[in-house]
Amino acid sequence: MKRYDVIVVGAGPAGLSAAIETARRGLKTIVFDENARPGGQLIKQIHKFFGSKEHMAKERGFHIGEDLLKEAEAAGVEVCLNSIVAGLYLDKEVVVKQGDAVYHYKGDSIILATGASENMVMFDGWTLPGVIGAGAAQTMMNLHGVRPGSKVLMLGSGNVGLVVSYQLLQAGCEVVAIVDAAPRVGGYGVHASKLARTGIPFYLSHTILKAEGTNCVNGVTIAELDGNFQFIPGTEKHFDCDTICIAVGLSPMSKLAKMSGCAMEENGRKGGTVPVISETGETSIPGIFAAGDVSGIEEASSAMIEGRIAGISAAEYLGYTGEEETERDIKVQEASLDSLRQGMFAPKNRGKKIETTDEGCPISTHLLRNGYLNDEEVWNYPGITHAASIHPVIECTQNIPCNPCQDACKKGCIKIGTDMTALPQVDPDAGCINCGMCVANCPGQAIFLVDEHYSEDSATVTLPYEFLPLPKKGDAGVALSRGGSPVCDAEVVAVRKVPAFDQTALVTIKVPKDFAGTARFFKAGEENVG
Amino acid sequence: MMDSERRISEHPILGSPEKEPKVVRFYYDGKECEGNEGEPIAMALKAQGVMIHRYTQKRHEPRGMFCAIGRCTDCVMVVNGQPNVRTCITPLEADMDVRTQYGVRAMEEGEGK
Repeated sequence: MKRYDVIVVGAGPAGLSAAIETARRGLKTIVFDENARPGGQLIKQIHKFFGSKEHMAKERGFHIGEDLLKEAEAAGVEVCLNSIVAGLYLDKEVVVKQGDAVYHYKGDSIILATGASENMVMFDGWTLPGVIGAGAAQTMMNLHGVRPGSKVLMLGSGNVGLVVSYQLLQAGCEVVAIVDAAPRVGGYGVHASKLARTGIPFYLSHTILKAEGTNCVNGVTIAELDGNFQFIPGTEKHFDCDTICIAVGLSPMSKLAKMSGCAMEENGRKGGTVPVISETGETSIPGIFAAGDVSGIEEASSAMIEGRIAGISAAEYLGYTGEEETERDIKVQEASLDSLRQGMFAPKNRGKKIETTDEGCPISTHLLRNGYLNDEEVWNYPGITHAASIHPVIECTQNIPCNPCQDACKKGCIKIGTDMTALPQVDPDAGCINCGMCVANCPGQAIFLVDEHYSEDSATVTLPYEFLPLPKKGDAGVALSRGGSPVCDAEVVAVRKVPAFDQTALVTIKVPKDFAGTARFFKAGEENVG
Repeated sequence: MMDSERRISEHPILGSPEKEPKVVRFYYDGKECEGNEGEPIAMALKAQGVMIHRYTQKRHEPRGMFCAIGRCTDCVMVVNGQPNVRTCITPLEADMDVRTQYGVRAMEEGEGK
């Protein structure tokens, strides 16, 4: 039996972060992961992350994963892949299946970072080939370069459903609809809006009645739900599709904690059965810690901090660090974690209906119902103003923990303040120089540079663009509204792609003056404008 | 959809694959196919448009790839004569023999469905 100071189960964001902290403090650390590659789900996340600089906001998930791996390597963490931890027994004995053999390990402390598994929902035909988890879609397209299907219906409007829908578009798939049984979009409004403006319809208070097909999916019927989540007859709608993607939440994979005898709790706000843990991530068994989704479903950004806290605590538990040092290090991490856990989507607000922002602006019900703001209510928010010259227009209308736009602007046009969840305010007279950094850095793709007076009768709108083919200067097409309907003819007058934008291109379109406030996406080619 | 259309040749964020994958030959239900060496068997099949990996034992219902990370076991097939191989996490090797699984075994030659 091999002995380690710390055995970490799971090489995702929480596990790697924990291992980095213990290894750096001199603890002999090993990480087991059942997958062939480390990084957990981070390596499939191709969108830019929310948060602030310390949370690596505006960086894409897979880059954060790569950095984390380098950090782990530098710290001397041993990562064992293709290793399934099959058991955790008394005295912290760990049983690991590697190949066809089973090995015994002993850890003086254990950090569980096993993550979560996807929830499923059963409907007629749900076992047909072509019905897949949203995670499966991500794995296929972002890891293996294979399209999950050509026409996809997404069930679930939480952040996973929204982010994966966008990734499907980036992979060249068509998303026919986003459907959710809830009456309101579950994820960030900005994630929904970047889909809505490409023309994808949202069906809230709807769910799948039936997946159609004999050998595999060739269509789907959805129907509307009443207040008691019962189907309303006569509201059925059919879509042709070859893939149905399920994104209806995650459940903590806490079986090892239960097996080892940790006190468990059923906690809806944490996503299911989780080990009871202290502020430092320690379970009811001294020396066994839990971090990341296994102890409550949250974002990868918070999982990484929880991992670090668990690692710091494990080092103290084994006597490698003193109380004072530990307290100091944990305090730093806790402050960072606390800043992420603020705002409308904070774990403490889960399930609550919030009607106004902290600033007192009404939350758009149109956004929650349709995935985008309507043209009148945009003026309710401090990021949206008129100006005599080019200026940022920030369609960010919910209190979410994110502030890269403030850091991006060197001219002081954008102000969020110290409270990361505050809505960005635009000072239209601060002297925007059209650098585009705010547009490219916004993880929600909610910032546009608008020049209402480009010429006597035209305006320009600069928008973030992450699809192929990339439009070229001189291309003619139509501008689409926030809801994805063609509103006017548009001509591409500039396309910018520089390393600082990190793969987000900036496309500037010229539109008739009257459409400066409504043109929010560009589609090449001719289309009837109505 | 053509085989080439199921593979993403250029991605707006991920670009193109850094190095050309090594294409190897394998067999799917006796038919000669091509896939990228080292990719999961299920991805090679997906790129060919294969949806059905197995039929259930009792009700003979079709099943295909569902979780793609080795958890759900819906994608198991008979690989090189061994049943219940999770094709979504088993790397493709040259000359592999991959067969649709009926219940817990491959169909014998001459056997009807």
